[in-house]
Amino acid sequence: MTHTKISMAQALNQALRDAMTADESVVMFGEDVGALGGVFRITDGLTAEFGEQRCFDTPLAEAGIVGMAVGMAMNGMRPVVEMQFDAFGYPAFEQVVSHVAKMRNRTRGRVQLPMVIRIPYGGGIGGVEHHSDSSESYFAHTPGLTVVTPATVADAYGLLRKAIEFPDPVVFMEPKKLYWAKEEVDLTEAQPEIGKAVVRRDGADATLIAYGPAVPVALEAAEVAAAEGRQLTVVDLRSVAPLDDETVCAAVRRTGRAVVVAEASGFASVSSEIVARVTEKCFHSLAAPVRRVTAFDIPFPPPKLEKYQLPSVDRILDAVDDLQWEDS
Amino acid sequence: MTTVEEHLLPSAEPVCLIDQNGVPHDHPSYRLPTKEALLDGYTQLIRGRRFNDQASALVRQGRLAVYPSSFGQEACQLAATMVLRDSDWLFPTYRDTVSIMSRGVDPIETLTLLRGDWHCGYDPYEHKVAPQATPLATQLPHAVGVAHAARLKGEDTVVMALVGDGGTSEGDFHEALNFAAVFQAPVVFFIQNNEYAISVPLARQSAAPSLAHKGIGYGVPGERADGNDMAGLLAVLGQAVDKARAGEGPQLVEAHTYRVQAHTNADDASRYRQDDEVTPWLDRDPIARLTTYLEQQGWLSSEIRATAEAGAAEVAAQLRDGLMPEPSVDPADLFAHLYASETQQLREQAAFLRDELAREEA
Ligand SMILES: Cc1ncc(C[n+]2csc(CCOP(=O)(O)OP(=O)(O)O)c2C)c(N)n1
Ligand SMILES: [Mg+2]
Repeated sequence: MTHTKISMAQALNQALRDAMTADESVVMFGEDVGALGGVFRITDGLTAEFGEQRCFDTPLAEAGIVGMAVGMAMNGMRPVVEMQFDAFGYPAFEQVVSHVAKMRNRTRGRVQLPMVIRIPYGGGIGGVEHHSDSSESYFAHTPGLTVVTPATVADAYGLLRKAIEFPDPVVFMEPKKLYWAKEEVDLTEAQPEIGKAVVRRDGADATLIAYGPAVPVALEAAEVAAAEGRQLTVVDLRSVAPLDDETVCAAVRRTGRAVVVAEASGFASVSSEIVARVTEKCFHSLAAPVRRVTAFDIPFPPPKLEKYQLPSVDRILDAVDDLQWEDS
Repeated sequence: MTTVEEHLLPSAEPVCLIDQNGVPHDHPSYRLPTKEALLDGYTQLIRGRRFNDQASALVRQGRLAVYPSSFGQEACQLAATMVLRDSDWLFPTYRDTVSIMSRGVDPIETLTLLRGDWHCGYDPYEHKVAPQATPLATQLPHAVGVAHAARLKGEDTVVMALVGDGGTSEGDFHEALNFAAVFQAPVVFFIQNNEYAISVPLARQSAAPSLAHKGIGYGVPGERADGNDMAGLLAVLGQAVDKARAGEGPQLVEAHTYRVQAHTNADDASRYRQDDEVTPWLDRDPIARLTTYLEQQGWLSSEIRATAEAGAAEVAAQLRDGLMPEPSVDPADLFAHLYASETQQLREQAAFLRDELAREEA
C-alpha cells in the first residue's frame, strides 16, 4: 500500500515515467514537451530523466507529429504523442482517420500501431477560442480507434499505463479541468481495463452515465439527489470507444431510468450513441425515455459565457426529475 | 553571375538601415524611408508600446483572460500596416494586437478575444482585418484566397499575411505559399521570427539557412530584415507590397526579432531560457534606436514627442476605461450567428436556456 496525494497531471506524468522505465521502446514527443514539460506539465522532467532521445520537442506540425509516430510504431517503437490542445489536434486529423485508425485493417493485421495520442480536452478553464473543444466524438466515430478518458487521478495513471501497453492505437483524452485537483491514490493497485466502465456510485432509482469531465458533476448531482431522497447510480465509462454495453445496460436494467451526461455537444455524439444503444438493448426495462444533459449544439463559447455551456448539477437534477416518475 | 533563381534568395544579411546604435547604413537595394515616414513610425511605436504595456498590466489585474505580449516586436507589427493602403487586407495572429489596433480597429474591440466576452470583437470588413487566427498558419490560405479573389475582380488589393516562426512548420504555411505562387496572388507573407514558439527555439523549427529561404522552393522571392529596425522594415515591406501590387506575385519577408517577454502571461520562460539570452535584445529595442537616430538628425521636436505621448496616453486611457468594467454578455448570443437562418434545433436550445435562467431568477 503506497498512498500518495497527487493531481491528475502528476499521475499522468508518473504513468509516462513508469512506462518509459518499464519499456525502452516508449518515446514521448510533441510541442513544448521537452524543456518546458508541456504547457500542462504532463511531461515535466522526462527529458531530464530519460534524455532527449526519449522525450523531445518536434517542429510545430501536428500532422507531422502523428505521421512520424505512425512510422515509429511501424518500426518497433511505442510512441506517445501530445496534441497541445483539443482543437490543435485537427491538423493531424487526416493522419488519425486515414492511417492511425486503418493500418491494421489495411494490412490484414500485419502492421500494428501501438501508439497513444494524448489530447487535453474540454472546457471549464476559461480558455479563449480553440482551447476548449470536446473532440472525442470525431474519434469515437472512426472505426479502428480506441478512445479512453479518465475521470479520476487513479484512472489517469492506470488507463495511461494500459493505453501505452495496448496493441492498438489509443486516443487518450485528458479532461483538462480535472488536471489539478488532488486525490489520495494507490498507484500499485490493479489498473482499469480499456473498454470497461465502472460503477462509481450505487443507487436504485436512476442511472447517470457519464465520462471524463462530466463524471465529477454527475457524482455531485447524485449526492444532492440522495439528500433529496432519490438514489442514483453513476457509471463512469472510462472508454468511449469501445463502449461497455454490459456495465451500462446492467445499471439501466436495475434502475429503469437513465440520464447521459456529457460535456460535448449532443448532436451526433458519444452521448447520442449511448442513448441509442441503451434504448435498443434495454427497452423493456425502461420506465421513461433516456434523457441527456449535454452542451448546446454551438461552438464552444468565449470564457465569459462558458458556464452556460457546461453540464451542471441543476441541469442533471432537472433531467432526472423529468424521467416520468408519475403518470401525468 | 546571376542565375535564374538568385532573385528568389534573400539578402546575405537581414536588411538593416538604422542599427541598434541609431547609426544609418546604406543598402544597395533599399533606401532609408523619408523623414515623415520615420516620424510617423516613431509616433506609432510610442503608442504601440503603450498599448502593449497597458494590456500587459490589465491581464495582471485579471481584466483579460490571457495576453500574448508584442513587446519588442512593435516595429514589425506596425511597419506591416504602415505600408498598406486602406483597401488592402491584414491577416493577423493572436499576437498581433498592436498591428490590428494600428489599422484603426477600436482598441477594446481589438482585445475582445483576449478579454473573453466574444471571439472576434471587430467587423473584419470595416478595416479589412481578418479575425485573429489562433490555430497556427491556418489564416494563410485564406489570405491567398482574398488576394486571388481581388485579382479576379480586377482590384489592386495586397494582402499582408502574418505568421510566426513556429507557424512556418505547419502544412498550411507551405500550401499557402505554393498556391500564392501558382496563382500569382498578391500576398506578402510576413514572418515575425521571434526565435521561439512558446518554449521551442528556432533551431528545432527549421534547418533552413533562414526562414526567408523557404520561398525559393515555391518560386516566391524571399527577403529578410532586422525586425527591430523600423526603417529597414518599412523599406523591405514597402517594396514587397509594391511588387505584389505591380503583379509580381507573392513575396516572403522574414523579420528577425525576439520575444522579449514570456509567450503569454501564463507562461514561465525561465523554464527554457536564460535571462542572459534576453539582455542583448533589450539593447536592440526598436524604439531606442529610432529615437537616437531621429534625435541626431534634429528631427525629434518637442511637438512630435508631445503628440506621440498624447497618442500613447489616449490609447492607454481607452484601454483602462474600456476594460476595467466587467463586460456585459448576453447568453442569447450563444445561439446567434451560427447559421444564416436560425434552425429549429437551436431555437429549442435557446428557449431551454431562457427558461432555465428565468427559473433561476424567480
Ligand atoms: C495548430 C496549432 N498548434 C498548436 C498551437 C498552440 N500554440 C499557440 S502559440 C504556439 C507557438 C507559436 O509560435 P510562433 O508561430 O513562433 O508564434 P509566436 O507565439 O512566437 O508569436 C503554439 C504551439 C496552436 N495555436 N495551433
Ligand atoms: Mg515565434
